[in-house]
Amino acid sequence: MRISNEPEALTAGLTVEEQRRLADEVMRKQVALSIRVAVVFLILLLGLPLFNFLLPDLAGTILSGFTLTWLLLGILFYPLTWFLSGYFIRESDRIESELVSEHREG
Amino acid sequence: MEFIPLLFVFAVIVATVGLGMAATAKAKSASDFFVAGRQVSVFMNASAISGEYLSAASFMGVAGLVMKHGYDALWYPVGYAVGYLFLLLFIAGPLRRFGAYTIPDFAEGRFDSPLFRKIAVSYVVAIGLFYTMPQMKGAGVTMNTILGWPYWVGIVVVGGVITFNVAVGGMKGITLVQAFQYWMKAFAIAAPVFILMAVFGGYDSNLDRLAAQPKDAPTFAGDITLKYPGKDKAPSNVLSVSPIGETRLTFPKGGEIERITTVRKPEAGEDPAIFSPDLPDRGRIDEGTVVSLTSIPVTKGGMPVEKGGNPVTTAPRIEFAAPTEVAFRQGDRIPNAQNNGKWIEPYGTLTSKYGYPLLYTYSLIIALVCGTAGLPHILVRFYTNPDGRAAKRTTLLVMVLIGAFYLFTPIWGTLGRNHIPELLANNKTDAVVIALPKMLENKVLGQVLSGITAAGAFAAFMSTFSGLLVSMSGAFAHDIYGKILKPSATPNERLNAFKVAAIVVGVASMGLGLLVETFDIALLVGWAFAIAAASYFPLLLLGAWWRGLTMPGAAAGMLIGGTASLGAIITFMLIDKKVLTFPVDPLVKGLLEQPAIWGVPLALVLMFVVSAATRSQVPTDIDLKMLRLHAPEELGHSRNYIDEGIAH
Repeated sequence: MRISNEPEALTAGLTVEEQRRLADEVMRKQVALSIRVAVVFLILLLGLPLFNFLLPDLAGTILSGFTLTWLLLGILFYPLTWFLSGYFIRESDRIESELVSEHREG
Repeated sequence: MEFIPLLFVFAVIVATVGLGMAATAKAKSASDFFVAGRQVSVFMNASAISGEYLSAASFMGVAGLVMKHGYDALWYPVGYAVGYLFLLLFIAGPLRRFGAYTIPDFAEGRFDSPLFRKIAVSYVVAIGLFYTMPQMKGAGVTMNTILGWPYWVGIVVVGGVITFNVAVGGMKGITLVQAFQYWMKAFAIAAPVFILMAVFGGYDSNLDRLAAQPKDAPTFAGDITLKYPGKDKAPSNVLSVSPIGETRLTFPKGGEIERITTVRKPEAGEDPAIFSPDLPDRGRIDEGTVVSLTSIPVTKGGMPVEKGGNPVTTAPRIEFAAPTEVAFRQGDRIPNAQNNGKWIEPYGTLTSKYGYPLLYTYSLIIALVCGTAGLPHILVRFYTNPDGRAAKRTTLLVMVLIGAFYLFTPIWGTLGRNHIPELLANNKTDAVVIALPKMLENKVLGQVLSGITAAGAFAAFMSTFSGLLVSMSGAFAHDIYGKILKPSATPNERLNAFKVAAIVVGVASMGLGLLVETFDIALLVGWAFAIAAASYFPLLLLGAWWRGLTMPGAAAGMLIGGTASLGAIITFMLIDKKVLTFPVDPLVKGLLEQPAIWGVPLALVLMFVVSAATRSQVPTDIDLKMLRLHAPEELGHSRNYIDEGIAH
C-alpha cells in the first residue's frame, strides 16, 4: 500500500515543460469530446421541461396511446442515452489509440 | 395462499447467502475483499453495479410515485439512469486511471494531503448512513405490508443477512451476489407486467383511457374500509376529499381528528369553510358517524369568490390525530388522488406544489443527475475494472441495464392507478408492485406474481444495503484504520478491521433504521443525493479536469456545499413536521426541499474562488497527476494503489 510520486515509465524522460505539453494535449482532446456530448445531452434534458411548459398542446399530442411528452421521457430517453454513450466510447477509443500511436515511441 | 410470497422471499435470502458463501471460498487476499482482485469482467461488473444501484426507492418507490403523481414522477427514473452519462463523460475513466480505490484515496492523491483524506472520509460515512436508513425502512415496511411482520423484524432479517454476508465475503462475495440480484430484480419487475398487461390492457391503452377523460378521477370499485394512521405518521394521516361529486365517509369505530383544512390554500380575507355539521373540527368522532362531503363555494365576507366568471370551490382535507378506520362506498371518488388530466400532463401535484414547477423540475433533475455521479458506494465499483476503457464500457452497459429496468416501473404505476386505485386513498402506493398482482381473478397466479415482486423488492434492499456496507466498512478499514489509526497495519489486520467495521456499521444501520419509521423514504434518499451532488460531484469533476483546484478550494466547496444542502433539507423537514413554525415563503420552501439548484453551483463557485485565492497550493507535479488521470494506460502513467493483493 503506497502512494507513489516517483517518475514512471514515459514521463521519466520528459522535462517539466514536455509533461505540461503532453498533459495539455491529452486533456484537450478528451474534454472536447466530453463537452460536445454533454452539450447535446443537456439541451435535450433541460429542453424537455421548457418544451412542456411553453408548448403544452404539442407535448400532449396523442401518438398511439401515449402523449408525445410521455413517449419522450418515459420511453425514448433511455435509448437516447445509450446512443450518446456508444458514440462517446467509440470516439474516445479512437482519440486514445491516436494518442498512444503518436507518443509510444516518443 | 398467503404463504406463497413468503416462499419466494425465503428463496431469495437462501440464494443470496448461498452465493455469498460459495464466492467466499475463493476470496482469500485483502485485495479480493476491497476490490475483488480487479478481475471482474465488464458484464459481471455492470450487472453488479446495476444490482447495487436499484434500491428500494427504484424497485417500489418509483412505481408508487408514478401511480401517485403521474408524468412528473417520470423524472425520477430518468434522473437515476442518465446520471451515469455524466459519470461516463467526466468521471469514470479518469477515476479508474488515477488508480485510487476510494474517493478519499483520490482526495489525498490529487492534492497530496492526508488532512483532506480525513475530511473526505466523513462524507462516505455520512452519505452511506443517510442512504442506509431508507433501505432499512423499506425493508421493515415491505415485510410489514406483505407478510404482516412487525416493522423491526424486517429490518433485523434483512440487515442481519447482509451484514453476515459482507463480513464473511467482502467485495468478492457481493460482486456475484449483486450481479445475481440485478437479474432477479429485472425479471421481477418485467415478467409479471406482461401477464398483467394481458389481463388489464396494454401500457398504451391504459394511458389512453386516462387521457380520454381528463376531468375525471379514479373511483372505488367496491365498498371498502381503510385505515388511516395518526399524526405521528404524518403526512400519511391526511384524507383529502375529491373535489368531484359527493364522498360519503363512515367511521364504524369512531376516530380522532387533528384538524380540518381545505384542499385549496385559502387566501387572505376568505371566510372559514364549514363542510359538515356532523364532523368535528378537532377531537373525537363518534362511533358510527356518517358524513357526506362535497366541494363547497369559497366565500369572502359572505359573497362567493369567482375566478374568470366561475365560482371558486374547495374540498375538505382531514388530518387524523389517532388511527382511524374510514369506510367508503362503491363509486365515490378516491381521496388524495389528482384528476386524470393533471396526472398525465407535466406540472401536476409533485412539481407544482410550491407554485414554481419549472424551478422544482430543474432542481430535481440536477440533484438526481449530479447526485448519481457522486455516490461513493457506486464509484468504488469503478475501481474493480481492469482499466479506464473497461470502466467506460461498464458504464454504458450499466445504463442499458438500469434503463431497461426503469422502462417497466411506470407501467406498474399506470396499471396500478387504473386497477388498484384504492392504494391512493391512504398513501399505500409504495406497495403497488406487490399489491397489483393480487387483483388478478386467478388467485394462485396472483400470489405467485406477488411473490416474485416481493422477492425482487427484497433483492433491492439487500443489494443496496450490502454495497453501502462495503463502502462504509472499506472507508473504516482502508482509510480510518489503515491510514490514520495504524498505518503500519498488515493486510491481514486490515482485513480483520474490515470485518469488524462491517458488523459495527451493519448493527448501527439497523439501529438507525428502527428510528426512522415515521420519516419519508423519498426524503431520506433525497438527503443522500443532495449531499453527494453538492460535495463529491464538484470535487470529482473539478479535481479531474481543472489543474487550478487546490486542497483548500476543494475542501471549502465540498464542506460548505454539502453541509448547506443537508441543512436545508433538515430545515425543510422540521418545518414540514411542524417542529419549526415560522412562516416560510413557498419559493423558499421549494428551494429548501430541493436544494441542488443552488447547492451544486455554490460548491462549484466556492471551489473556483477559494482555489484562485490559494493558487500557490496547486501541487507542483500537477501535470503528472493530470497525465495519470487522463492518459491511456499504454502510455504508462496509471498507478494501482493496492499492490499487496497482486503480490499474494
